[in-house]
Amino acid sequence: MLRFIPILTIILMIGPVSAGLIGTLLPAFGILPALGGVEPSLDPWQALFAQPGLGTSIRLSFVNGLIATAISVAIVMLFCAAWQGTRIFHAMQRILSPILSVPHATAAFGLAFLIAPSGWIVRLVSQFTGWDRPPDIAIIHDPWGMALIAGLVAKEIPFLFLMTLSALPQADTDRTAQVTATLGYGKIAGWFKATLPRIYPQIRLPVMAVLAYSTSVVDVAIILAPTTPAPLAVRILGWLSDPDLAMRFMASSAAVLQLLIVIVAMAVWIAGERMIAAVGRYWAEDGHRFKSDHAVRGASAAIALVAAGAVVLGLVVLLVWSIAGFWAFPDLLPRGFSLRLWTRELDAIGRSLTTTLLIGVPAVLIAVTLVLACLENEVRTGKAAGRRAMLLIYLPLLVPQISFMFGLQVFFTLLGLERTLLSVVLGHLVFVAPYVFLSLSEPFHALDPRYRQTALCLGSSPARVFWQVRLPLLTRAVLTAAAVGLAVTVGQYLPTLLIGAGRFATVTTEAVALASGGDRRMIGIYGLLQMILPFAGFALALLIPAILFRNRRGMGAQNKG
Amino acid sequence: MSEAVKNGLELRDVHIRLGERELVAVDLTIAPGEIVTLMGPSGSGKSSLLGHICGTLPDSFHVSGQVVLDGKPLDGLAPQDRHVGILFQDDLLFPHLSVGGNLAFALPSHIKGRAIRRARVEAALGSAEMDGFYDRDPATLSGGQRARVALMRVLLSEPCALLLDEPFSKLDSGLRSQIRSFVFDLCRENSLPTLMVTHDPEDGEAAGGRVIKLD
Repeated sequence: MLRFIPILTIILMIGPVSAGLIGTLLPAFGILPALGGVEPSLDPWQALFAQPGLGTSIRLSFVNGLIATAISVAIVMLFCAAWQGTRIFHAMQRILSPILSVPHATAAFGLAFLIAPSGWIVRLVSQFTGWDRPPDIAIIHDPWGMALIAGLVAKEIPFLFLMTLSALPQADTDRTAQVTATLGYGKIAGWFKATLPRIYPQIRLPVMAVLAYSTSVVDVAIILAPTTPAPLAVRILGWLSDPDLAMRFMASSAAVLQLLIVIVAMAVWIAGERMIAAVGRYWAEDGHRFKSDHAVRGASAAIALVAAGAVVLGLVVLLVWSIAGFWAFPDLLPRGFSLRLWTRELDAIGRSLTTTLLIGVPAVLIAVTLVLACLENEVRTGKAAGRRAMLLIYLPLLVPQISFMFGLQVFFTLLGLERTLLSVVLGHLVFVAPYVFLSLSEPFHALDPRYRQTALCLGSSPARVFWQVRLPLLTRAVLTAAAVGLAVTVGQYLPTLLIGAGRFATVTTEAVALASGGDRRMIGIYGLLQMILPFAGFALALLIPAILFRNRRGMGAQNKG
Repeated sequence: MSEAVKNGLELRDVHIRLGERELVAVDLTIAPGEIVTLMGPSGSGKSSLLGHICGTLPDSFHVSGQVVLDGKPLDGLAPQDRHVGILFQDDLLFPHLSVGGNLAFALPSHIKGRAIRRARVEAALGSAEMDGFYDRDPATLSGGQRARVALMRVLLSEPCALLLDEPFSKLDSGLRSQIRSFVFDLCRENSLPTLMVTHDPEDGEAAGGRVIKLD
């Protein structure tokens, strides 16, 4: 039974992606029998290229995705180079880990409330400049998409940082740093010359996932990106939701175009990697030490802190808005506070939280079960998952959501599963499982194999060893992985919206739907609501092992989740 | 312990290879109650041999020859069906269970009844001079106490042979001789054929049995 789980898992990952891509590709060329498309044709493409501003939309997706990824990677690498092994590094680790659980849309709303013309930053400046009305410039939805880039960077930094963190031990980084320092290299130069080349291969897949995401993001783009025209992915969602069903054909060809954009962006990124590697080899050997790098080190810490601070401060301003009474410009705080809106929305809040859990809990349970079974199977057969298997697990994160979610909806319709809980859960699972796997595989492999060996030699069956020894020892890691998974499902916008066909109103779909309305108090409430479940998940992941093993000191060291 | 004939542990012409390299080649019989010491530098495949005997060696190793315990061939049996106990240099007490829980984990299920099982564990604690430690957290024990609990845990699982993988190398020198004689005495008392690998010559001397050197 256990033997078949890895195959089942891969089918559950690859199946929806390939079914979805086929379901997108066929309508893109005119074939969708349900809507009367039976003859292959290029009409959808002609209609697509006749759309006004298509070039701008493509440019926004492509350029902003690449820039956001490059900035995120650069900041994370620079910060790790400058501070690895120091107290500041560990402090940043503690700040960034919880930020990872903030859903993208919440972070984007928070940032918008900070940097908007009537946002907190301008209000603060106004205290000194005496402005009595917000400056008339577009800071969010700016035509260059800079607000979008900022929002993406703030959210991708924690992810890339934690991915880098798990790659660091494999390069023996502390001793490498000692060697480069005793050879007279500055901390940053030593890291870039000796450590980066060894860890980059390990973080390459996460970087590609960030690139694919940034190039095709929908929810953050709705909140922060330019609107006339919007990046391609946002426009595709608009066309898919058009009451004129014939638009689906054109939307499908646009979704294929979006996939091509991501592929080209990846090709550009890989070409860039090659160039940097070639130049870097000469640079590594040219002997320049860059001994005094205090200024750069300081700057890297400041940038990382601003990025983390923006998310945290954004959450605070969401909270203030959610309980704000009358709040005129340029007051720093509202004249009064009230819970009126929270109490008025109580029923709706309960409903959307319930729906979110109804989708999230099964998705997380299935994901954790599958991942644990895959990892345990690895242990029992002694065969580690190869690089190819890893790529398959990552695949759903490398393909733009919008390019296969519509096709998947078509596929589920064929199966008669449209708008069912089952199909939405399966849609979420595709994104939850990879993150659960990422979170769990490292602690699972780090567990001393001699515990298993000892228990087996004491006469326990492999099943008993798993349930009574390995699983309890991994309690915190498993709960943390479940919390990561919950954070992922709570944050899902497109899969919920498209596969559920609007039937499932989660905290995230509700929050993003409020974006166009501009009711800041309601956005504050729903933005915070998105935070509640992931936050509770992580709190439980800390609390439950602490209570279960309160009399077992050895479990603290054992359970680094 | 089983009631079958006790022939001890036989390693019949056992060769372990990894790729092209031969790691170990031994042909040896260990009588019940005998302690054989295997000495060799690290990387000489001593631990692989122990892994092979208890059945946890990964498939990537190529092994020929036979392992026979009390007349029964072990090859092909799952680790849990071999009745071969093993002690490592770390005690590997399960940190999520109490001291008593660790011992009860090892006690075979054919010993039934809560009170009887508890009594067996208490008796084992008593013979390790650790009465009243049942509910203690293993993390609060001293190094010597942990080592003794680890040994009692193996013995409670009713092994027919015992493997020792550098079991004393992590103990400080004062404690080492004390734990050594505790372990060796119990091996002899229980008539266990015992194979110890180590790179400390004193271990071999203290065991008082044959010492075989690998290169």
